[in-house]
Amino acid sequence: MTLLDEKRTPAPAPSPARPSRAAPWLRDLALGIRFAAAGGREGWTRTLLTAVGVGLGVTLLFLAASVPHALDARTARENARSETQISENPDAQAKKSDTTVLRIAAETEYHDRTILGHLMRAEGTHPVLPPGIDALPAAGEMVVSPALKDLLNDPGNALLRERFPYKVTGTIADAGLRSPNELLYYAGSDTLTPAAGGHRVTGYGDPGPTPPLAPLLVVLVIMVCVVLLAPVAIFIATAVRFGGDRRDRRLAALRLVGTDIRSTRRIAAGEALFGSALGVLIGLVLFLVGRQFVSYIEVWDISAFPADLAPDLRLCLLIAVAVPLTAVLVTLSAMRSVVIEPLGVVRNSRSRKRRLWWRLLLPLAGLGVLAVNGQSGEYEVVNPYTITTGAVLVLVGLALLLPWLVEASVGRLRGGPVPWQLATRRLQLSSGTASRAVSGVTVAVAGAVAVQMLFAAMNADFNKATGQDTSRAQFYASSEQVSGNAAVETIKEFRATKGVTQVIGMIEAYASKPGKYSEDDIQPTTSFSIGDCATLREVARIDSCKDGDTFVVHPRDDKDMSGWMDKTARKGKEIEFESGTGRKLRWTLPADARTVVGRKDPVGEDRWGIMVTPGAIDATTLPGASTVSQIRIDDSVPDAAEYVRNTAARIDPGMRLVTMTSVERDRQYASVQTGLQVGATVTLLLIAASMLVSQLEQLRERKRLLSVLVAFGTRRTTLAWSVLWQTALPVVIGLAVAVAGGLALGAALCWMVGKQVTDWLMFLPLAGAGGALILLVTLLSLPPLWRMMRPDGLRSE
Amino acid sequence: MTPAGSLLAAHDLRKTYGSTPALDGASFSVHPGEVVAVMGPSGSGKSTLLHCLAGIITPDSGTITYDGRKLSAMSDAERSALRRSDFGFVFQFGQLVPELTCVENVALPLRLNGTRRKDAERTARTWMERLEVEDIASKRPGEVSGGQGQRVAVARALAGSPKVIFADEPTGALDSLNGERVMQLLTEAARSANVAVVLVTHEARVAAYSDRDVTVRDGRARDLEHAA
Amino acid sequence: MSIGHTLLGLLESGPRHGYDLKRTFDEKFGHDRPLHYGQVYSTMSRLLKNGLVEVDGVESGGGPERKRYAITDAGITDVATWLAQPEKPEPYLQSTLYTKVVLAMLTGRNAGDVLDAQRSEHLRLMRILTDRKRRGDLADQLICDHALFHLEADLRWLELTAARLGQLQKVVTA
Repeated sequence: MTLLDEKRTPAPAPSPARPSRAAPWLRDLALGIRFAAAGGREGWTRTLLTAVGVGLGVTLLFLAASVPHALDARTARENARSETQISENPDAQAKKSDTTVLRIAAETEYHDRTILGHLMRAEGTHPVLPPGIDALPAAGEMVVSPALKDLLNDPGNALLRERFPYKVTGTIADAGLRSPNELLYYAGSDTLTPAAGGHRVTGYGDPGPTPPLAPLLVVLVIMVCVVLLAPVAIFIATAVRFGGDRRDRRLAALRLVGTDIRSTRRIAAGEALFGSALGVLIGLVLFLVGRQFVSYIEVWDISAFPADLAPDLRLCLLIAVAVPLTAVLVTLSAMRSVVIEPLGVVRNSRSRKRRLWWRLLLPLAGLGVLAVNGQSGEYEVVNPYTITTGAVLVLVGLALLLPWLVEASVGRLRGGPVPWQLATRRLQLSSGTASRAVSGVTVAVAGAVAVQMLFAAMNADFNKATGQDTSRAQFYASSEQVSGNAAVETIKEFRATKGVTQVIGMIEAYASKPGKYSEDDIQPTTSFSIGDCATLREVARIDSCKDGDTFVVHPRDDKDMSGWMDKTARKGKEIEFESGTGRKLRWTLPADARTVVGRKDPVGEDRWGIMVTPGAIDATTLPGASTVSQIRIDDSVPDAAEYVRNTAARIDPGMRLVTMTSVERDRQYASVQTGLQVGATVTLLLIAASMLVSQLEQLRERKRLLSVLVAFGTRRTTLAWSVLWQTALPVVIGLAVAVAGGLALGAALCWMVGKQVTDWLMFLPLAGAGGALILLVTLLSLPPLWRMMRPDGLRSE
Repeated sequence: MTPAGSLLAAHDLRKTYGSTPALDGASFSVHPGEVVAVMGPSGSGKSTLLHCLAGIITPDSGTITYDGRKLSAMSDAERSALRRSDFGFVFQFGQLVPELTCVENVALPLRLNGTRRKDAERTARTWMERLEVEDIASKRPGEVSGGQGQRVAVARALAGSPKVIFADEPTGALDSLNGERVMQLLTEAARSANVAVVLVTHEARVAAYSDRDVTVRDGRARDLEHAA
Repeated sequence: MSIGHTLLGLLESGPRHGYDLKRTFDEKFGHDRPLHYGQVYSTMSRLLKNGLVEVDGVESGGGPERKRYAITDAGITDVATWLAQPEKPEPYLQSTLYTKVVLAMLTGRNAGDVLDAQRSEHLRLMRILTDRKRRGDLADQLICDHALFHLEADLRWLELTAARLGQLQKVVTA
């Protein structure tokens, strides 16, 4: 921008009277705003760059501000559709009435996605309805969520359609769905009975308060917010500085026509104010427009309805005020290191060497705060404020430490190949810009490492190791439909299923020694299984067997367990069965029952207990019995799991089919980790964007130099490498700081909540993401670099 | 077509930027160790001629021969390699890498050519002595005067022991005294090292340091040697 | 400035009377100093004697005798040689050079060549001075610089004129 361009927007003539001290302020701010708005093409470019950068950041802030409401709305919908508890006792059954409905959960999985669903049977003429549907589907019909409808309509999902032999008669409205992408159905049944597992529902809507988040979870959530929002703040601060060099030159031109230093600062502040205010508007527009598409976006199984994303009004006002204010403050502080003279810009950055001591204070103070807070047990109330204060101090301290560290370590570098030399020298001369952008990465990664460590340590508790060895059985199926030959039929069906290699199935119940027991005594109990001779031979060493036989099967090499078993299994005496609803049945164990030793069943588990053939007892009358099978599949058969699920649905739609993955994840924790991953990805992308902008700015400033270097015969690869190093060095240093700081913080947090650090290598994926960031920024700056390496730059004279 | 004994010769060069012709049948030649001034008013195509001769840009038509090889038929990589090994460059301004020290700037062409850092910087220092700027070796270009910077640039152009130096208005940003000194050092060093210099300038007093001059007017070079 | 060569050059476009020659000369080159008739006749008689012009015819009656002159082949060669020969660089050269340029235009020759030849001559001298300056002491340098600056000024004029040849051509042939 030359002086001539400036003349198009002449400075207003100084007013003769100065009514107040605010007047020059207002005048200069207004002038700055006018420059930003009407400063010719270049002024606009700068303003737009800042505005878009700030806008992106503000969009994220609005998004963050609407998270509470989104979560509330989601929980509210979830509560509204859950059954109204009639009593504290989960086994209590309501009375049948005109409005009650019998239902059984019929959850299934399809290609790693969970499909929730219920079989419903109205017991009267006016059944209660869950939110989102107008009428209960009739037998053989179902209503589905829109996402499930799409999935069913997909031609590639024949296996899924086979599992649902119902006619789709309607869709579930948004009010009945947790999120837009939820897979949910309600199917009608005319055979469901309480005996077959049907549960009587009297109404929907759980008025009970949602359980508050566990204190540790509160810490996690706060940390996630800090980790995600700190880089956004840093990004906004960086965006305000976009194009600062040219702005300074323009201000120098203003000094030439007689503006004083204070005025130039105020003018710059006005420019920043305009750019950031525009940014807030852009952010609002991006947020409002983006919100409409949010239901199409599904990251790690999380999605939301547009209406869910309603930011809190107070937070909105805070953003609208704080962002432009920050922009002005950042601009003013950035201009402190620059002296704008009428004939040019003097940077006094070299004269001021960065000092270490005060930068160390913050992270140390943070760790101190955490130490003072001390250890607390898992169920003690954690003071989230001290933890947050400590963690924030550590994270911000790391961001402050970074510029010193980059300067100190780059300052020592000498020599090396030409690209390396170019990059290190460049960083030695001005590492501030790079450090600032990277400090965002540092906060994000350090925080994420710490949170992930804490998360992993806590996960050890929440990930209930199910103990099942998946090399044995991958599925466990249980059905409350019990009949004499149900087990045999089930085994036959599963055996015939494509991809199934081994099945073991029996009717199982629990038998105990009758009698009254005091609170302290444990009633002797053992398992009771009904299977035909062929099945029993597979689980116990039995030589002769005919229908009607009874066996007491002792575990192999376990005297204690055998003794415990025999307290119940007394030959010729009664044993007792009891269902959850209190129905009891007594049965005499025949005196001629043979004692044998158990063996590993085909799916690899040791079996013991009382085992009888179907002729010995009427299985249909047995309280608390269920048909249980364990299934092993050949993983190499495609969709074997889906065939198994289809078979299960065919035998009994209410059959519970559990996939024996090694761990079951606690849902709340899973969502915290998901949030962290989504956020860290977005944050890194944001930082990549700001690094790219400063990289391009720098390249454009050096267009001529690049042309000269091309004239010399400099290879493109040489310059490409130097661009790579220039990005990589600060990022690598930043990541090192982040990992070290994150590990320290994570270890401290784990110590505080009394957990062992279980995984020191959690930072690897994030470090990898940092590496990807370097590559991304470099790759994206290559095309402009190629373009600028043309000899056109030499023709500027 | 090519004058006998010439090191670098161009014949009937044409180059058009958009619809404006920059070169319109220009011819040129330079002998080993000869200093030739290319003169002409601004916009006459002087710089375009220099860029074509140095292989930085390719002419639309015409031939350029360097040391028996056709420059116009070379690939971009070959021309880049040639510029690294055989050519040196001095421009008017903005040519020193601001973050490298002066001696590192001078050593840059050598290092681009694969010379080890220590050796390259030793050679660079001897050239800086020749150009009387050895005392600013470890300063950055931003910390030295224009004249010193230009001498550093000349040292850099000479450091790679080129056969031809292309100097585009090398004194354009300097006052007379500094300009003369730079020209004196450049031509003396070039003559003693038998380096040919193609000197683009619009200043007669700068051109007076040459052995011969060529005028470019409307994209046509009036090379008296060619006319003869 | 050579009046002889100028008059010869004017004759190249066709035979003319003495009076005609004077009038054309004044128009193109005389400006504030018109030629005397005497000068024309004495110059023409010298040219006649050297065989560079011949008398094409004489018109008499009703006044003074009017000779018509025509240029000879030797005369044309003489003009060409003069135009091609650069002037010795010296102060106040411009009137001669201007004449040469205009004459070159009038006779359909390339005026740019005239300027280029002169530029080369100036530069040749500047090279010699530069060389002398390089070898000499400070006094030599200062003296040479003085001359160099003057020559440079001339050269600038030459450049400027070269850039305006098109404009001049229109005026001259108008």
